[in-house]
Amino acid sequence: MNLMMLLEMAVSGFPDRVAVTCGEERLRYGELLAAAGAAAAEIRASGAQRAAVLDVSSLAVPVGLFASAWAGVPFVPLNYRLTGAELDRLIEQIVPCHLVTDAERAAQLAGRPGLSVTVREDFLDRARTGARLDAEWGMDPEAIAILLFTSGTTGPPKAAVLRHKHLVSYILGSVEFGGAPEEAAGLVCVPPYHIAGMAAIASSLYAGRRVVQLPSFDADAWIDLVRREKVTNAFVVPTMLARIVEALERRGSVDLPSLRALSYGGGKMPLTVIERAMALFPATTDFTNAYGLTETSSTLTVLGPEDHRAAAASDVPEVRRRLASVGRALPSVEIEIRDEDGKAVGPGVRGEIHVRGEQVSGEYLGKVTRVGADGFFPTRDGGWLDADGYLFLEGRVDDVIVRGGENMSPGEIEDVLLEHEAVADCAVVGVPDEQWGEAVAAAVVLAPGCGVSADALREFVKTRLRSSRAPQLIVFRDALPYNETGKLLRRVVRTELAEEAL
Amino acid sequence: MARLKPGTRIRSAVCATELMVIQAPAGEVDVRCGGAPMIGIDEPKPEAAIDPSQKSGTQIGKRYVDAGGTLELLCTKPGEGTLALGDVPLSLKESKPLPASD
Repeated sequence: MNLMMLLEMAVSGFPDRVAVTCGEERLRYGELLAAAGAAAAEIRASGAQRAAVLDVSSLAVPVGLFASAWAGVPFVPLNYRLTGAELDRLIEQIVPCHLVTDAERAAQLAGRPGLSVTVREDFLDRARTGARLDAEWGMDPEAIAILLFTSGTTGPPKAAVLRHKHLVSYILGSVEFGGAPEEAAGLVCVPPYHIAGMAAIASSLYAGRRVVQLPSFDADAWIDLVRREKVTNAFVVPTMLARIVEALERRGSVDLPSLRALSYGGGKMPLTVIERAMALFPATTDFTNAYGLTETSSTLTVLGPEDHRAAAASDVPEVRRRLASVGRALPSVEIEIRDEDGKAVGPGVRGEIHVRGEQVSGEYLGKVTRVGADGFFPTRDGGWLDADGYLFLEGRVDDVIVRGGENMSPGEIEDVLLEHEAVADCAVVGVPDEQWGEAVAAAVVLAPGCGVSADALREFVKTRLRSSRAPQLIVFRDALPYNETGKLLRRVVRTELAEEAL
Repeated sequence: MARLKPGTRIRSAVCATELMVIQAPAGEVDVRCGGAPMIGIDEPKPEAAIDPSQKSGTQIGKRYVDAGGTLELLCTKPGEGTLALGDVPLSLKESKPLPASD
């Protein structure tokens, strides 16, 4: 198995369709194949054992991905927001490496041992005109396709190992070949170093859907690009959707006639945001929520358009609440919720989410796999399944607050706080406490024009949950810290609130 | 007759069809295309002609399954032949399309 097999199929299926558009530049499927072949020859000639892109989205990303697959080296999309020392630590792990970047970075990194550095435009020029690598790509399913450094919100970044077998299985299990209509165009605005950015390239390509790249996210630029490129599908992280909704509300209308489907994932979507979005967009817009991890080659579960409509229209609480779920497992994925002793638990019971399937890697560079002997991967995400298999996330298992021997999930308390009309956003963390070991603390962002006291919020939580879950400390903030892909920086909140608690 | 495992690639001896194995039963499997046993992806094609009664064709990107659900093959290159397990034609696998999620 090799990702190249997917590209080869796409080329024979629809050679003249445009595969990817970025600004004024584009590549048809056949041209992408040719460019990948030429870039593969360059990578091979450099003697590199890995090929990295340290850059925003551009045509160099799909070219680099498939060139790496053809040359038989792992592709490494690096986070271009990292600073010198952070970046150095990642580069150390991947040399000898062929690296594509912008002109400024290229100048800084020139001459670094083990790196052959090239500027994006030069790389693409050579790829468009060079001769293809005079060798077939390998078909070893165990070969590494992508090394993706995880975001490191819970610790130092580590590289997840995604082998060709994982990614090919993911695509074959979740995408119908040529399933997209000819005019379909999917807007990719997550950075290349996000698993959704990588997965979007592979799934769109296999579906025959043109990829439209937005190198740097901005709500207005996103809206304008949807119009200009007649985008039909788009994936966003929750913070992006919130900003898009705000921008559209500011403009006073949603004039995006081409947009048929919006999918979101990569973090917890506040119920208020998705409800506002569903009210704002035409009823024909298909919303899809996806849950997945870098270590699982992207999507594991999907809450599809029909689920969204049924939940939003229902008065039955069990159905209505599914709008806050991440949906059900893909047919090729199994999910089990397990307790602290590793025993599987039934519907409605909280525990750690374990997943199994051909797309699940669960392996990190230089470290042993975290996949168990039974093939299940412990995600470290907490959650529970309802009677029909809908999965509800409860935050990271490592974020569980232990107060006087009682385990509490921050997500459960956050959900209640968010139900309060004055609360726009919040984060609940455990802070050190002499009496209880840990105490519940909350950082709360108020909705515009709203006011509420800490005491009133505590009382509100007590009406919904056991009184032990009411935050002992509540502080008000203008905003919560998120990273650029919309992940709450819980460690930062915890540190700040721990200081306030003293 | 061949032993097949997921990821194995095979091709038709009598038409352009190429397949990748998604799932296969253990042991020898008699997969045929256009009336002739299929061969390994790198094996030279024998001098053989397609059986005119076995020309319903294969479609790229489609999956073909046997009635028992033990064999599943993905067509990576289309051709003229009919796919069969022994004498029994394989059927197109119907799958419910999933919404695009990334």
